[in-house]
Amino acid sequence: MTKGDRPEHTAPPEIFYNEDEARKYTTNSRMIAIQAQLTERALELLALPDNGKTKLLLDLGCGSGLSGAALTDQGHAWVGMDISEAMLDVALDREVEGDLCVGDLGQGLPFRTGTFDGAISISAVQWLCNADFKGADPRKRMRRFFDTLYSSLNRGARAVLQIYPENAVQAQSLTTAAMRAGFSGGLVVDFPHSTRAKKYFLVLMVGGMTAVPEPKGLSGEASDEEGAHVSVAGRTHGRKKQRTGGHSMISSRHPEAKGKAWIFKKKEQARRKGYASIPVDTKYTGRKRKAYF
Amino acid sequence: MKLLTHNMLSCHIKGVKNGYPFKIDPVKIEEMDADYDPDFLRHIYPRLEWPALREAAQVMGEPNLPEEVTESMLQNDEEFLRHFHHALLELILEEGALVCPETGRRFPVHKGVPNLLLHEDEV
Repeated sequence: MTKGDRPEHTAPPEIFYNEDEARKYTTNSRMIAIQAQLTERALELLALPDNGKTKLLLDLGCGSGLSGAALTDQGHAWVGMDISEAMLDVALDREVEGDLCVGDLGQGLPFRTGTFDGAISISAVQWLCNADFKGADPRKRMRRFFDTLYSSLNRGARAVLQIYPENAVQAQSLTTAAMRAGFSGGLVVDFPHSTRAKKYFLVLMVGGMTAVPEPKGLSGEASDEEGAHVSVAGRTHGRKKQRTGGHSMISSRHPEAKGKAWIFKKKEQARRKGYASIPVDTKYTGRKRKAYF
Repeated sequence: MKLLTHNMLSCHIKGVKNGYPFKIDPVKIEEMDADYDPDFLRHIYPRLEWPALREAAQVMGEPNLPEEVTESMLQNDEEFLRHFHHALLELILEEGALVCPETGRRFPVHKGVPNLLLHEDEV
């Protein structure tokens, strides 16, 4: 691989991280230093409550266990997952403290609901953006990954994923995929003005700062709750009116199609599926062009 | 693989509803000393599925876990905590397999690392 090539473009991860590549992670001091640095920063962003208790963390794409070693140093228990067996062999040689398993992030995480106090991932998640085998759908794989990650974290936990996005679109698509799974949070970019030192961290929170809404009717005081309900109903009523207002645009052949509302609906569908380049909705959307001749 | 990890793992084959807990099919079991930390045990206990841990510990050769655990046992019962610690962190499944309780699919464990990669038709 020449300098500057992206490893994602050369081969899928389980093939790229072979014995040769894995050995670098034990011998190359620069690589080790960078990994340790990134893990330290990820832990800082993870902002675990400092109550002296041992936390159970998840290390996604743990590889040779360099990041896991940093977790052990901080006194946490961890479980690591990686797709490359060669890398895991290196981790076994290093006798890391955490448990390891072979798994593909894009197939979802094989963990029970609400088990981990936090998750970190160093330079792994961008691999999800590539279609490495026939029939691979990166959007589906991302969705499965974030959905299962969300469910395996404990309420109030965070996940910090350090990524090397290829471009802004890729970073955006990862962030939206995460938000769609229910995470709050966003992208933290360290040293944004330097090309070389720039580092992206996707900081995701389960629940985050917003408290979990209480179930209704627990204490019997339903009066103001009901008031809020009425106003919401009013809002949807207004929207309905608007939709019927755009009636003039609806063609006779496809009464359901080609209206402004239909265009908005289709664009929203595409956005939900994760397509990146959907034009923004403006007052000009769906208007007829002037009849130039 | 420690039983702590076993307790967290659940089968993720598409469509599987009752993929928990994995049955353990041991071939080689090792014991490894781990630092005894009762605070961690108390912290992690609420998140464990106790029946699953108890069953797995029996398979792995630690039959001394009680059926019911009370708060006072977690706080003061040194003997219980030692057994708990031993089962959770010191028994290592080195070689063998994890078997999905619903589909019977076997995930091999080699050198203490379970291979949880799915086949294409299981995703």
